[in-house]
Amino acid sequence: MIPELGHFALALACVLALVQSVVPVVGAARRDVRWMGTAGPLAAGQLVAVAVAFGCLLWAFAVNDTTVSNVVANSHSAKPMIYKLSGAWGNHEGSMVLWVLILALCGGSVAAFGRDLPTALKARVIGVLGWVAAGFLLFIIFTSNPFDRIWPPPPDGQGLNPVLQDIGLALHPPMLYLGYVGYAVTFAFAVAALLEGRVDAAWGRWVRPWSLVAWSFLTLGISLGSWWAYYELGWGGYWFWDPVENASLLPWLVGTALLHSAIVVEKRDALKIWTVLLAIMAFAMSLLGTFLVRSGVLNSVHAFANDPTRGAVILALLMIYVAGAFALFAWRAPRLAPTGIFAPVSREGALVVNNLLLCSIAAVVLAGTLWPMFADILTGAKISVGPPFFNMATAPLAIPLVLAMPIGAMLPWKRGDVWGAMQRLWWAACLSLGIGFLYLAALGYPVWPAIGMALAAWLIIGAAADIADRVALFRRPAQAWQRAKGLPRAAWGAAVAHAGMGVTIAGVAGMGVATDTLVALKPGESARLAGYEWRLEHITDVQGPNFTARRAVVTVMRDGATVTVLSPERRTFQVDRQTTTEAAIHTNAMRDLYAVLGEERDGAGVLRLHNNPLAPWIWFGSIIMALGGGLSLSDRRMRVAAPAPKGATAPA
Amino acid sequence: MTRKKRRLMVLLLAGLGLGTATALTLTAFQDNLVFFFSPSDVLANPPTSDRAFRLGGLVEAGSVERGTGADGRPAATFRVTDGANAIPVTYSGVLPDLFREGQGVVTLGRLLPDGKFRATEVLARHDETYMPPEVADALRRAGHWNPAQGAPPPAETWNTAPRAREGRSGG
Repeated sequence: MIPELGHFALALACVLALVQSVVPVVGAARRDVRWMGTAGPLAAGQLVAVAVAFGCLLWAFAVNDTTVSNVVANSHSAKPMIYKLSGAWGNHEGSMVLWVLILALCGGSVAAFGRDLPTALKARVIGVLGWVAAGFLLFIIFTSNPFDRIWPPPPDGQGLNPVLQDIGLALHPPMLYLGYVGYAVTFAFAVAALLEGRVDAAWGRWVRPWSLVAWSFLTLGISLGSWWAYYELGWGGYWFWDPVENASLLPWLVGTALLHSAIVVEKRDALKIWTVLLAIMAFAMSLLGTFLVRSGVLNSVHAFANDPTRGAVILALLMIYVAGAFALFAWRAPRLAPTGIFAPVSREGALVVNNLLLCSIAAVVLAGTLWPMFADILTGAKISVGPPFFNMATAPLAIPLVLAMPIGAMLPWKRGDVWGAMQRLWWAACLSLGIGFLYLAALGYPVWPAIGMALAAWLIIGAAADIADRVALFRRPAQAWQRAKGLPRAAWGAAVAHAGMGVTIAGVAGMGVATDTLVALKPGESARLAGYEWRLEHITDVQGPNFTARRAVVTVMRDGATVTVLSPERRTFQVDRQTTTEAAIHTNAMRDLYAVLGEERDGAGVLRLHNNPLAPWIWFGSIIMALGGGLSLSDRRMRVAAPAPKGATAPA
Repeated sequence: MTRKKRRLMVLLLAGLGLGTATALTLTAFQDNLVFFFSPSDVLANPPTSDRAFRLGGLVEAGSVERGTGADGRPAATFRVTDGANAIPVTYSGVLPDLFREGQGVVTLGRLLPDGKFRATEVLARHDETYMPPEVADALRRAGHWNPAQGAPPPAETWNTAPRAREGRSGG
């Protein structure tokens, strides 16, 4: 009964979305206030309907309803409750429902928080969100119904892939989707602006918080995924340039560009056409990511839904939305006359450079990600593009970007000079160069990690210099505290986010000098790595809730003193007949000691030991970046609604 | 004049960015594209030992031997087959959890002059029923499995399939 209710709620949401995609937009075109007024209630209704559907799906997983084929395929009664629930979105159908739920949530919050939005713009934005929601709801109902029944019901489910039974993966999709779907809102704003034929500072003020929200969640989502890969897959790495990782990085790159160009629209009323284009591109990349993950066209660790029809439908949706938006763009963009003039060397100019470099990186990553697919279609050659390509092609673009970050933040609007900014940054430059050389000397000349460390220091110190300059810390130290309190939160947010990027780069640079070894040890034997002695004590059997495991106990010692005891496991899940490795990680924030237990042979256990300096900084930095986003979002100017521009509702 | 100049400047910058990105992509492509070959492809057209490529197929049943390499690290040897031909593979390291005889595998490495493939990476898959698309394609090309007819036949039959025995290079 409950699954039917969920199915009905999905259908209802679909009908509401279809109405929502027509009535408010037509109303806005005809200047009919009553028709435009339906936008809010329709968005709210759609949200309630999708939430009910999602609730029903959760219920089916919670009680392990084996008459629902999705539950049978992805759950089992012996799983802990949290993974029963997270299993609801750990599969294709359920994750699409989550996608639509978050979209509905965004639509609902535009309706709820957009009270001061010009009525016509609001109606159009919600209407465009309705187009997106309708497409994906139709997709779910016709190709991936999560509530399909199965008869006769099997006695129990087949279980969820054990590597997905993890807290990191329970949170990773919702975070990532908040990011992906957040760009649906900026897309809706862009399309609405094109329909309206006007982009102004008020529009920028509305787009910026949404792109900030999407960016912050996407940052967290990507970093959660990378963290999960680090501790769960047990390969000791954090980023593999896997197509699906790239698929999440692409919207992040374009979204970061959007975030910065939206500032220019808001502050200076310039770069309007470009910002609209970026908003469309960011959503296109999000949809492309969804397509790559869902279709299985690319060979990837995430390819769990290998269904060509679904891939084709998502590709069709992508084509319709993106091609439609581009057509609209080509038709309407000339109406968005450029205003706000600025000199090449200015804050605006720096943000243009930022956009250019970010988009170039995105283009390189896109080419490397999609090329295997095109090569297969065009020449039939099966090729793959690995980390060496991405490292080699993105580094020459990423380095100037990082170098420009603190300088750009120091330049004034309209007209500035680089030497003026450098005068205030020279000590930061010297300090970071010194740190780079120190790293180089201390670790025996690893060139790339040292460059990374210098860049990281440049970002962190540069962000500090920016704040110090703004509060006049050195010129008038007495009033610095007063000035710091008066500084807009957005300025703090930018500095914090830039510094967070620096922390992440420091982590990456630290991982550049990571060492590992592979040893076969009998109990009592020990191995040496990175100045530590790793002694295997014993290997025992352990019984978990739905698995049995072999657990090794490894004592790590330095100079005779015990540093930590690591217990890596090899788990065997009876239901899925699968084995997973659980890495044991000891961290002291500066270094991860990481051990993985491999197979056992002749009484010896194979152990892979890693020494990962600064590894936690990678994820710590991304949390700082997201915090910076949040700080910027809490700026008073963002919360105060944009005043309605004159003539917003008057006939054109 | 200034607007025209500014537009030219922006165009120039954009062109520069696009040009750099294209140049970087092409140079990086030249050195870093990794081709996928099936055992039959390798025998028909052996790649030189300086070029890394990916070798994929099924792990031949009964061919996996685990031991310790010369450097004291755990090592394994096995054979990768596409039904028609098989290539011996040596690998130093821990085989992934989902590595099984008779299941699809993709390995990255170089072909040594003695005809053995020295793998530096053996790719793991999350799902034991998952068949890497390249492997499925290699099996299809070797004429041993039509993916449209369902799941691949059981692993044991791959070794005893007549064409597999004929095509074997080393016994």
